[in-house]
Amino acid sequence: MTTTPRWRALTHHHLFWPVAVLVLLLLVNVPFTPDFFSIRMTDGHLYGSLVSIVLFGSPLILVAVGMTLVIATGGIDLSVGAVVAITGALACSYLSDQTDQGALSGVLLAMALGLAAAAVCGLWNGFLVARMGIQPIIATLIIMVAGRGVAQLITDGQIITVNSEPYKLIGGGYWLTLPFSIFVVAAVVAVTVALTRRTALGLLVESVGGNAEASRLVGIRSRRIKIMVYVFCALCAGIAGLMISSNTSAADGNNAGLWIELDAILAVVIGGTSLLGGRFSVGGTVVGALVIQTLTTTIYTIGVPTQTNLVFKAAVVIVVCLLQSPKFRAKVFGARRSGAKGGGTPDTSPADAAPAPEAAPRMEVS
Amino acid sequence: MLNRRGFLTAAVGVAAASGLAACAKEDDSSSGSDSGSGGGGKKITLGFAQVGSESGWRTANTKSVKAAAKEAGYTLKFSDAQQKQENQISAIRSYIAQKVNVIAFSPVVVTGWDAVLKEAKTAKIPVILTDRSIETSDDSLYVSFIGSDFTDEGRRAARMLEKVLAKAGHKGAVKIAQLEGTTGAAPAIERAKGFKEVMDAEHKDDWKVVVSQTGDFTRAGGKQVMAAFLQSNPDINVLYAHNDDMALGAIQSIEAAGKKPGKDILIVSVDGVKDGFVAMSEGKINAIVECNPLLGPQLMDLVKKVNDGETVERRIKTEEGDFMQDEAKAALPDRKY
Repeated sequence: MTTTPRWRALTHHHLFWPVAVLVLLLLVNVPFTPDFFSIRMTDGHLYGSLVSIVLFGSPLILVAVGMTLVIATGGIDLSVGAVVAITGALACSYLSDQTDQGALSGVLLAMALGLAAAAVCGLWNGFLVARMGIQPIIATLIIMVAGRGVAQLITDGQIITVNSEPYKLIGGGYWLTLPFSIFVVAAVVAVTVALTRRTALGLLVESVGGNAEASRLVGIRSRRIKIMVYVFCALCAGIAGLMISSNTSAADGNNAGLWIELDAILAVVIGGTSLLGGRFSVGGTVVGALVIQTLTTTIYTIGVPTQTNLVFKAAVVIVVCLLQSPKFRAKVFGARRSGAKGGGTPDTSPADAAPAPEAAPRMEVS
Repeated sequence: MLNRRGFLTAAVGVAAASGLAACAKEDDSSSGSDSGSGGGGKKITLGFAQVGSESGWRTANTKSVKAAAKEAGYTLKFSDAQQKQENQISAIRSYIAQKVNVIAFSPVVVTGWDAVLKEAKTAKIPVILTDRSIETSDDSLYVSFIGSDFTDEGRRAARMLEKVLAKAGHKGAVKIAQLEGTTGAAPAIERAKGFKEVMDAEHKDDWKVVVSQTGDFTRAGGKQVMAAFLQSNPDINVLYAHNDDMALGAIQSIEAAGKKPGKDILIVSVDGVKDGFVAMSEGKINAIVECNPLLGPQLMDLVKKVNDGETVERRIKTEEGDFMQDEAKAALPDRKY
């Protein structure tokens, strides 16, 4: 079977498989929801399945983008779910104490308060990882476990309901007929891509992830970079926390962002970022997060019995991960092509999900 | 291999940290324990092992037990198991060691209690289950179970739906969307079961549950699942939610779809939390089946009887009501949780 160079280039693009899976998942919905792709105007805003997927997927995209950079430095941040809860709890409890919940200044202050708390969590994580040399999984576990307690303390164990139109905007409102959260996500992604791909920052992050010690020796302040990515990740989680609480106009210390850290890590992996660090793809992560959200929506619409929800999800994730693995693809599809060339060859590291299209230097940790 | 070593360290650390987190927090909220020792009647000491503080409902439950114990003048030893069975078991063991008069607890899960309850029986300490039941081969391990009957709540929800449909003058097919609680949780299973019982027995032809999915008892879950339901089944005209929070989330999705909750889609939910009543008074929920967490006073009566050696009923239901929309405004000021 001969393949045209263009097709080859396409299938070997690092976003090909995640996007293919996303498209496939979207198509699966069509027989069950005939007008799945239709979008109509309702009450002055667009309404449809695709809009819902982006709206409900926004917090996950944000958390996953932050997680991507942390993972790129060879770390991991398990505390994001708790940060989501703390931010939402703090913002909502401040807001609910105001006499005029609709006042813009109060809303902005509430948000700033929440984000400041998120930044403190990020600083703490970064301090433990970079300064104290604690394993990231342990360092961030502290806030993961304790953070929910803090959130509960703030909300006094109750679900706090707020009634504020401006606050509702960020996670549940509409602007220019589109969910406002789309604009927030777009802005964060654009800033992240610009900072990491238009400046040397991305390269620095990758080199720290490749080999922190070597990076330090060549003069990169790897500790500072690490602290920076943890703060960034926590801020992303903070914005997601504002969105989640604003979406339902309530702060739920127990359930807000529960297990979102695992979904975020999954989104990062689906997007083709190596968990070993050293190389990342923000675009891939966005697609990965959309895959997960679409999968969730698909489960709801095609009527999977609740007891088998997780099995269904697991099966899809396994297939996605296998498709992502160059080794697996070479074994299954490669046989047909007489001797795989170039990008088709299996990668050396087993945990590495994506082929290597990027020019960034890659250093193995041994 | 730095990575492997790193991973091992990490794994050990995780185990250690979760061990730390598992230490149950215990607070002894006895009101002046040494002052009560004098006098004739010995003060009753009650050991209460709570599940955790996972919801507003549970918080209200805890507050009610603490307040009622204080009111009755009992010494209350209270522990919070943070949703872990081993914490609850160790709390019960410590109550046995402290020789409390009565032990009450709200079991996290249904099985695995035989060993520790046998220890309590040997120590001759009566055990009362609150709010959730257990499965055991030996019925003598506990004296009574006080709490809501979730299956009955499901039946009551179906009855309320009958009333709601009659009131709205609804004609034609009833297409029901069901928002289930956390998969595998007793209230989720039984509220679905009770509802189905009534539906299958009396409304086989006209009622149909067209979609049913878990919303995890949360607002965010209810909102997201309902958004998907409205896409795949735009002809839904009834929503049955296993708790108020999911109904509250779903209401937002219904509004986003340009429909009127409580009119285009009739809503029946279970629990009766304050926010649920607020939504009902705004006409967005049609009926609420109450699941009362305020069982403190009833529990204290029971504790006294058990302690005095009286025979008590095996199954005691909490006092609960059902509310239609027109009763919401009147009932709203009394909602404590």
